[in-house]
Amino acid sequence: MNLPISTSSMTGLILAACFGFFFGFLLNKGGVTDYNVIVNFFRLKDWTVLKVMLTAIIVGGIGVAALHAMGLASYHIKPLLLGGVLIGGGLFGIGMAVCGYCPGTGVAAMGTGSLHAGVGFLGMLVGSIAYAYSHSWFKANLLGKGDMGEVRLNEAVPIGEFGWWAVLLVAFVGFVWSLARWKRLHRASA
Amino acid sequence: MEIPIKDESSNCCTSKRWNGYAVGAGIGILSWLVFAIVDKPLGMSTEVSKWAGWLVGAVRGEEAMLANSYWASKTPAFGYSTIFLIFTLIGATVSALLGGDFKWEKVPREWENQFGNGVGKRYVAAFLGGVLLLFGARLAGGCTSGHGISGSMQLAASGWLFFAALFITGMGTAKFLFRSN
Repeated sequence: MNLPISTSSMTGLILAACFGFFFGFLLNKGGVTDYNVIVNFFRLKDWTVLKVMLTAIIVGGIGVAALHAMGLASYHIKPLLLGGVLIGGGLFGIGMAVCGYCPGTGVAAMGTGSLHAGVGFLGMLVGSIAYAYSHSWFKANLLGKGDMGEVRLNEAVPIGEFGWWAVLLVAFVGFVWSLARWKRLHRASA
Repeated sequence: MEIPIKDESSNCCTSKRWNGYAVGAGIGILSWLVFAIVDKPLGMSTEVSKWAGWLVGAVRGEEAMLANSYWASKTPAFGYSTIFLIFTLIGATVSALLGGDFKWEKVPREWENQFGNGVGKRYVAAFLGGVLLLFGARLAGGCTSGHGISGSMQLAASGWLFFAALFITGMGTAKFLFRSN
């Protein structure tokens, strides 16, 4: 079998269905299709979102780095456009706290019967249209500002790709340990 | 929608929630598969923008839509990501039906505690939040999946910065919204 499989082939389209299904299934089982869980993440009352995201990054990242080292995967690094990423990410955070979902969890939440996620999706369509019609202005006036290129953490701080993963893994274990400890203490005092 | 009654025979698919670390590991493993098999990181917001393009194309005509510089560079076309989006929804539906988590929800609990059970207020907020989400995602070049998960796991500086930016403003916004609670 020749990899990668073209995403426009029939096999690629069938795989899209499998991967999408698995993704949506996991998002729901993880509880992140629930508005309350996402909002309480921002209120620092529920750590589910962080548990899911950080584990996905650690497990996914170490695996993909290994695949890459073996020549079985290639990287797709999005450029670090300081203006776009900071302002866009900032607006995204406000939107996520108000809407209670992000695009992926919102789509999945619609599937679990969340009608307000459906209304949020309509808002997302309008947001896309608004962006499309202002794209040329932002491209000329913002996106080019602070363009650092497709920079990776191991280029900024050259301790090697697996050096970075060792550091991140230690930080992650620290996070898991502290969370478990905090929960235990919290329960003991409650 | 009838919520299935759980019994002793419930297995992992019929349980409502899995451990967050296990789910994260599952998404991580899914990423190995998509990188190795189709060479296309997980992402969602670009596809949503394409749906918006179709909407504009349906109202104003395809030519007018493609005259737009954004959609000219990200031409809306039915394909891999379209199917991925639809099946994300279906996967969540199947999981929710199996686990007894499916319910028609208009106003979620935490919102109701703060703002009451009025549907209009919640819908306006969800809509405006949605507008900001995709406007922000397009400016940044990705969303929680494209930047936050796929980007961060490739050690892309843009992914980590995006995550940090959304966390800070999201936290501030939630603090403001839920200030009396």
